[in-house]
Amino acid sequence: MGGTDYHITATVLLRNSIILKDDAVVFRSEEKGAAFLKEAYGQLGVEYPRFYKMDALSKMGLVAADVLLKNNFTTAYRPEQVGLVFSNRNASIEADAHYWEASQEYPSPALFVYTLPNIVIGELCIRYQFKGENAFFVSERFDAEWIHWYVSDLMKRNLLKACICGWVDVLDDRLDACLFLVEQEASGRSSTFTPGNLDQIYKKDYGK
Amino acid sequence: MKKVYVLSQNIFSPLGTTAKENFDALCKNESGVQVYHDQQKSAVPFCAALFNAPVFQSRNEAFTLFEEILTASIEDAVALAGIDTRAADTVLVLSSTKGNISMLEQQPVTDALKQEIGLTASAQKIARHFGFQHPPVIVSHACISGTLAIITAKRLLDAGKFKTVVVAGADVITRFILSGFQSFQAVSDELCRPFDAGRKGINLGEGAATLVLSTDAAVNMEPVLISGGGVSNDANHISGPSRTGEELFMAIDRALKEAGVPAAAIDFISAHGTATLYNDDMESRAMNLAGLQEVPVNSLKGYYGHTLGAAGLLEAVISIESLRNNTIIPTRGFEVPGTVMPLNVCRELIKKPLHACLKTTSGFGGCNAAIIIEKKFNSFKV
Repeated sequence: MGGTDYHITATVLLRNSIILKDDAVVFRSEEKGAAFLKEAYGQLGVEYPRFYKMDALSKMGLVAADVLLKNNFTTAYRPEQVGLVFSNRNASIEADAHYWEASQEYPSPALFVYTLPNIVIGELCIRYQFKGENAFFVSERFDAEWIHWYVSDLMKRNLLKACICGWVDVLDDRLDACLFLVEQEASGRSSTFTPGNLDQIYKKDYGK
Repeated sequence: MKKVYVLSQNIFSPLGTTAKENFDALCKNESGVQVYHDQQKSAVPFCAALFNAPVFQSRNEAFTLFEEILTASIEDAVALAGIDTRAADTVLVLSSTKGNISMLEQQPVTDALKQEIGLTASAQKIARHFGFQHPPVIVSHACISGTLAIITAKRLLDAGKFKTVVVAGADVITRFILSGFQSFQAVSDELCRPFDAGRKGINLGEGAATLVLSTDAAVNMEPVLISGGGVSNDANHISGPSRTGEELFMAIDRALKEAGVPAAAIDFISAHGTATLYNDDMESRAMNLAGLQEVPVNSLKGYYGHTLGAAGLLEAVISIESLRNNTIIPTRGFEVPGTVMPLNVCRELIKKPLHACLKTTSGFGGCNAAIIIEKKFNSFKV
């Protein structure tokens, strides 16, 4: 497969202690898990109060997407031309454990709704009014080949002009998000959308 | 693009362990839904379609119930298709919403347990059991999981990435799932009534279903194809459907365009029809936007309940049986029309030549999916 037709026009890497936009550190903190996300939300000026209702997976997706799309994203696309393809290892296990523990007293619909991994996609669709193709896959580790194939295929079929794709995983207080903005058109500092480039960004050594 | 044919199908449900047994049960108006008084699952009585123990003569100790029904379903479909699961050009696509979530209910929550509950753990066991060479693709996308798994399989095949795809999905109803839907006040305490004026909510159900799809047509059989698919998001609400139905319509429109068939060619619709007030209204709006309001539509939730990650697959299998048998299944539980926009809800067995079916699902997170299933030659047998 060629795979040279599409472009990675922005990237974000969110791990405990650090958030990187493309190659630049945009946030650092000693905090972990939910505390890290709350601090990042405040300091980065995300300004989307639904944040406080969300589980950690959706909070992480919201902060990562905010960094990814800020100053980068054209609104020239129609809602159905933008899609989201996410993957992770642990689905919604933290929200599952949280709901289950709380449900012994009182089963809460506000917690139960987050016990599906694709809710983070739904949250981002609501915030940005994206209505295009969406999919959530579960895999043992970040599978650059798969994400590259699936997203390229959607673009080839002309179902999408732009796609936010990548990895969003939360286990305990360990956060691991790596999102890519992939577009049909190249922009200023974009790199080619290939499995190799996805892997290189996911595994980037950003110095502790 | 290559064409994608159905080689075989299975449903493993409280109504039967093969596609034929299931279809026959539906033709006889049998339902798996009943009222349960099971303190382990719920403090109050509930209405659902569950496996009544024991499901298997002898249990495989290494497999959970979720894994075992999935394996039994795949085994039958693979045998019917006569394919080699070890072949290099064959892959497994799995769909589930909650998989082995019941483990959370039985043990202290540790890191190891969380990892064990992961769908990749079950997928690896099942892939090893059948000897699949490639790692399985796992779809976990709320109630569209089964439909999205079929769409993913179709794309893998028509793009020429594989020759054969086994698509299988399952979910098991546990206290976790039941309590969650109960907390939404979304569970009916009686048999659900899809599209009915008096509908009060869903019944949950458990089961597994499998499709074997290939770029080669099956021999000695009328070719049935998965000819189109589309996915969309409402971008409106996390747990409530679109107010307009425009986004489900968008998914339907994409599926029709990919299949290259006009809406007028659709002979029947297998809708999601969960029997919640809002879902069924949303679907009625979408079907009207698509110009499909006159087409016979059914919901199978009155027979199976809502089987979550299996629903899209299980209902697609029944739709394929309908096409092959030229028989549309009625909507069990429906009596009085009660959706915001008119629908032609199927209320008795309809026998007539059938060529094309639209299958839709929608779910939490605002997701919608639609596929077109087509039979290529007409052979009307009564």
